[in-house]
Amino acid sequence: MDFKFSKEDELFRQEVADFVEKELPWDWRKEKIDSEDPKDRPKVTEFKKKLAKKGWLTMAWPKEYGGQAAPHIQQLIFNEEMAYRGIPAIDAGISQVGPIIMLFGTDEQKKYFLPKISNAEIDWTQGYSEPDAGSDLAGLQTRAIEDGDDFLVTGSKIWNGAHSGASWMFMLVRTDPDAPKHRGISFLVSEMNSEGITVEKIPMMWDHSRALITLENVRVPKKNLIGELNRGWYVGAALLDFERSGISYASSASKLIKELVKYCKQTHRNGKLLSEDPIIRNELATMAVEIETAKMMAYSVAWMQSKSDIPNKEASISKAFGSEMVVRLVNIGMKILGSHGELEPDSKIAPLRGVIEQLYMSSPASATAAGSSEIQRNIIATRGLGLPRG
Amino acid sequence: MELGLNETQQMLKNSAREFLVTECPDTYVRAMENDESGYATEIWDKIADQGWIGLMFPETYGGFGLSFLDLTILLEEMGRVMFPGPFFSTVIGGGLTLLIAGNEQQKQNFIPKLCEGQLIISLAVNESNSYWNQESIKTVSKKSGDKYIINGSKSFVDNAHISDYIIIAAKTSDSNNDISLFIAPSKSEGIKQTLHKTIGSDKKSEISISNLELDEDSLIGELNQGWTYIKKIQEFGAVGKCAEMSGGSQEVLDMTVEYAKQRIQFGRPIGSFQAIQHHCANMAIDVEGIKYLTHQASWKISEGLDSKREIAIAKAWSSDAYQRICALGQVCHGAIGYTKEHNMQMYTRRAKSAELAYGDSQYHLQNIENIIGF
Ligand SMILES: Cc1cc2nc3c(=O)[nH]c(=O)nc-3n(C[C@H](O)[C@H](O)[C@H](O)COP(=O)(O)OP(=O)(O)OC[C@H]3O[C@@H](n4cnc5c(N)ncnc54)[C@H](O)[C@@H]3O)c2cc1C
Repeated sequence: MDFKFSKEDELFRQEVADFVEKELPWDWRKEKIDSEDPKDRPKVTEFKKKLAKKGWLTMAWPKEYGGQAAPHIQQLIFNEEMAYRGIPAIDAGISQVGPIIMLFGTDEQKKYFLPKISNAEIDWTQGYSEPDAGSDLAGLQTRAIEDGDDFLVTGSKIWNGAHSGASWMFMLVRTDPDAPKHRGISFLVSEMNSEGITVEKIPMMWDHSRALITLENVRVPKKNLIGELNRGWYVGAALLDFERSGISYASSASKLIKELVKYCKQTHRNGKLLSEDPIIRNELATMAVEIETAKMMAYSVAWMQSKSDIPNKEASISKAFGSEMVVRLVNIGMKILGSHGELEPDSKIAPLRGVIEQLYMSSPASATAAGSSEIQRNIIATRGLGLPRG
Repeated sequence: MELGLNETQQMLKNSAREFLVTECPDTYVRAMENDESGYATEIWDKIADQGWIGLMFPETYGGFGLSFLDLTILLEEMGRVMFPGPFFSTVIGGGLTLLIAGNEQQKQNFIPKLCEGQLIISLAVNESNSYWNQESIKTVSKKSGDKYIINGSKSFVDNAHISDYIIIAAKTSDSNNDISLFIAPSKSEGIKQTLHKTIGSDKKSEISISNLELDEDSLIGELNQGWTYIKKIQEFGAVGKCAEMSGGSQEVLDMTVEYAKQRIQFGRPIGSFQAIQHHCANMAIDVEGIKYLTHQASWKISEGLDSKREIAIAKAWSSDAYQRICALGQVCHGAIGYTKEHNMQMYTRRAKSAELAYGDSQYHLQNIENIIGF
């Protein structure tokens, strides 16, 4: 057993940190960036291009596709450092569409898409969920009907990234309504400016929007089918090998707890420094324990992946615990801020730039997104522990 | 023992429910979140007409002479629909403060008009650290001839932006113990306001007071006795907030159970999954706790019994329980509950504000520490 990183890995971590200090087009210590906010977007793209030049954007990709075939532990380190600084570096193209095309795409598809993805030229929006297919993703009903050289796609996708910058959507659609539900699904990519696509913004509880994308007889050329017809469910599920440790929860939380401790050391309430309050100290100490726990869970997933083991319950444990841990930390943060926690970010006296107030609303949503806590626990119990399905 | 409502209360509850369902639909609540003033005067006039504002004020001052417990029942219904506007701050912070501390003249001057819906009055106690204790009050009032000159600042003053008067707590000697209350026209020279944007989309102002000049008769209650009054008002305020939370939490539970029955995933209602059933059951446990603790505290106040313990317990429990209820409500709703268009998130955001109002759970737990003998 050896819990430390290799010397090489530590050097890599330092190199990433130095690179960010020098090249990041915003101040991560002061600014919170939302990659889907049009005003932040250009900065994110600028940085992604720098990462692309450095070779880090696609470091996880095999060498034949211009990647570095970086070991999982280095991907982990990279993701950890980015999440700590709140940098949305890796997008769905890099982490999902690219790898899917490598595994299942035709030569033509690889030639067309991979360079564009690795140079941060295409932005993707993920079209999986539908109004009636959330946790039960395989229940999706968006229909694609073959019509000559095209598919005609009709249906609606929801909760996608709402930004106007997305030029392509990757989606799961139903191509055989009579087959068992997992076996009639195909994986398509479509340009967002295709006729018949409308995007409606859905304002969320915090300063953020998702999208409702309606497709009405949208023509998608058959050459945009990735993988075999009706095998889309398995195409989508084939991403197991990409780093999916869930390190971002622990990593962003460790930044947040530092800020909270600092705030407590500078803020008086009731004639005393908050940092002298034994309850606050105790609660934050408890959170430090939870953050470390979440980190170890994430490390264990990356470690398994590094040995080519396939994590199943481990990834679900990391996601459920990590996302809920952040919610707990944010709740404590809100209590610490007292009445000032109510203030929105644009308020001049909002503590910590209103970050905690926003997270109070958005962090529980992260526990729902990408497989809710209930679904993760179902997986842990059934696939992981072998309990019978309910 | 009788833990149910009496006939008057049941009638009040029913008619309040009926009125609010039609007059305060979610579309109105949502519109008021971004409205400058935060309420519609037509609705304000209607509730004044049916005697709600004057519900618990004595008939001699134009009120209905009902009890605080009766008001609690009304506040539950208001919390249930997230009734926007200055009702709470004007009745509890304004009217009740005058009733408790004001002299006969002041009561005659202000309360009848307030009951008629013609006056909006805000209470300004908390300052920059927002803590409910005497030491946190730094605003100073100095006597100069027959005038009081007030300087300082106030934070998170409910609905001050639309108020006619603000009741200001200020130090009237060098001692932290000597605090007095003054009533000032909100538009006075010397009062400046900035409206905050808050998580609960309620209207709270930051107020700076500089050389505010007031006549002697703007002193409310006895000189240097302000804190005794504030403590009383805080107790009423805390229980009133519990009542709003009680109604809100019931609505969140009902709404979630309804959704769990309707939302189909994997070919069955999500409410058939035990994970969701347990979430709903846990919500029901918390809702029950809020309701009875709130009613108990309010009943004790109304009976004039010593109620410090019950008040602290009710606010400590409800503040946290309501947030737990909303958190689980969000979980059961999935992504849709986080959209601006959905009511679920409106309750969640208000649950945070309600926790902070009139002392958060931490504050009230400290009172309980004393009460249990520490
Ligand atoms: C912020 C955010 C961003 C998102 N981004 C995207 C995106 O880019 N692209 C995309 O395609 N989707 C996206 N999603 C959608 C996300 O994947 C779904 O919200 C998620 O799968 C849950 O689906 P749902 O919201 O429909 O809830 P439902 O599936 O309706 O679930 C409602 C409740 O029932 C529970 N439940 C459901 N089934 C079971 C069961 N079998 N056992 C126990 N409990 C169950 C759930 O856990 C939840 O508590 C995003 C969601 C959010 C909140």
